[in-house]
Amino acid sequence: MADALAGLAKGAFSARELTEAHIRAVEAARPLNAFITETPERALEMAAASDERWRKGEAGAMEGLPIAIKDLFCTEGVLTTAGSHILDGFKPPYESTVTANLWRAGAVMLGKTNMDEFAMGSSNMTSYYGGVENPWRRKGDNRPLVPGGSSGGSAAAVAARIALGATGTDTGGSIRQPAAFCGIVGLKPTYGRCSRWGIVAFASSLDQAGPMTRTVRDAAIMLGAMAGHDPKDSTSVNRPVPDYTAALTGDVRGLRIGIPKEYRVDGMPAEIEALWARGIDWLKAAGAETVEISLPHTKYALPTYYIIAPAEASSNLARYDGVRYGLRVPGESLDEMYEETRAAGFGAEVKRRVLIGTYVLSAGYYDAYYLKAQRIRSLILRDFTDAFERVDVILTPSTPSAAFPTGEKMDDPVAMYLNDVFTVPVNLAGLPGISVPAGLSEEGLPLGLQVIGRAFDEETVLKVGEVLETAAAFTARPER
Amino acid sequence: MSLDKSAVAHIAALARIKVPESDLEPLARELSNILGWIEQLNEVDTTGVEPMTSVVRMELARRPDVVTDGNCRDKILANAPEVAQGFFAVPKVVE
Repeated sequence: MADALAGLAKGAFSARELTEAHIRAVEAARPLNAFITETPERALEMAAASDERWRKGEAGAMEGLPIAIKDLFCTEGVLTTAGSHILDGFKPPYESTVTANLWRAGAVMLGKTNMDEFAMGSSNMTSYYGGVENPWRRKGDNRPLVPGGSSGGSAAAVAARIALGATGTDTGGSIRQPAAFCGIVGLKPTYGRCSRWGIVAFASSLDQAGPMTRTVRDAAIMLGAMAGHDPKDSTSVNRPVPDYTAALTGDVRGLRIGIPKEYRVDGMPAEIEALWARGIDWLKAAGAETVEISLPHTKYALPTYYIIAPAEASSNLARYDGVRYGLRVPGESLDEMYEETRAAGFGAEVKRRVLIGTYVLSAGYYDAYYLKAQRIRSLILRDFTDAFERVDVILTPSTPSAAFPTGEKMDDPVAMYLNDVFTVPVNLAGLPGISVPAGLSEEGLPLGLQVIGRAFDEETVLKVGEVLETAAAFTARPER
Repeated sequence: MSLDKSAVAHIAALARIKVPESDLEPLARELSNILGWIEQLNEVDTTGVEPMTSVVRMELARRPDVVTDGNCRDKILANAPEVAQGFFAVPKVVE
């Protein structure tokens, strides 16, 4: 993005040329199934307007940059599916705040990317529109791999270099896990930093939009365009958006980096341990200090999440009833119409979570499950608050493994949930976290390191992320 | 906590999702498995811990009580599967 902006500013190429090249790349990469809807005509219109603004000297922070939008963001007049059958044909009559901010900054929309249905999944396999293929393959193994999820189409599009960046959303790791699996940068901002207005809701107290890009600098540029206060989202925070690129000084001398001992989970592959150790060495070499810390409730984060997220989802997804938009399956009575529509419209994982959520909120179980989980969530936040008295950021692996083959872990929901063991606590505590590509596994697949920061301290997270990025010198590219 | 077939049928009815009889048993197993895994939370002593209500401490914003939007009936109805005389249409609910 930074390079493309420089090229556009110099007039080395036009936004139209840049967009045309990306439209061709999107078409050529169709076998990845990264997009649900391509919007080439709109992209060309937006690019022409961008060229006009460059000519007039009115260029925005992302003027003329072609990007992809996760199909969870409502885009006015453009099909928005959330990866679900139940939103068949839904063309929102309004634009989400985050995408409106991006268009105001001059970004160009290539299309809407594939995702796990309602953002529920870690493999992109729950999409009604089929799985997405990770552009990476294992060395000497031709089996297709998952891109991670739920923002799998966005991650694959950025990794395959068919979009300069993409939006994602992250409820339990849905930006950082696919970013790690696809060898790109993914940033989940602090809860409240980006408006949730116009984003199809999954778990409202956890959902947060963020950028998925090739470099940390690009993430800084894109977050600056996405973030900001929005009166239409009561949880959006009214504080100024800093120039995030200004934080990228490369200077981490004297910063205290927390290393949480609870993240050394049983059965963690040696190569993940080694990657983490390398990350520690890089930051020490750059002049930072590492401090062993304890986040004692870490192991309870996942089961806590699997009460809170389904509970909120069961409530948010009550609106899909075949009355106002999307799919309707006729029934004799109103109730039968609801039941048939939701049976046909939701996939297996969504049904599972809606049922779990309904159960934990139902009479007689609310205290035992939901309130208990909210109490433990307070303890998890307290763990982080205590840790941040002693350290400035926390360094962990992004995921417990590299990308796995399509179809694996599908018959064991709990095994699939374990993908998010390092990312979920960050959502429960509302904190910012970034995944930066930091190395390759023995099988030749990308692995990520995660930097977690204090609430609204995206600047330090980005600064440390860039230092890791520079030290890792991750230049490997997928073959596809 | 394990769920049996009739419990799953009850939850599915609350959630307004039709589940065929043949799917109740496998679904009961799956959900019981997930709930069993969640049970580990009982190990945590939460005496005196307040349940979280908001992850970012903030005052709820206020705004003047005025109409800021509206007069867009056709836009709202545009995505409806069935519309009649400017309303959403559903199967008959009153005899």
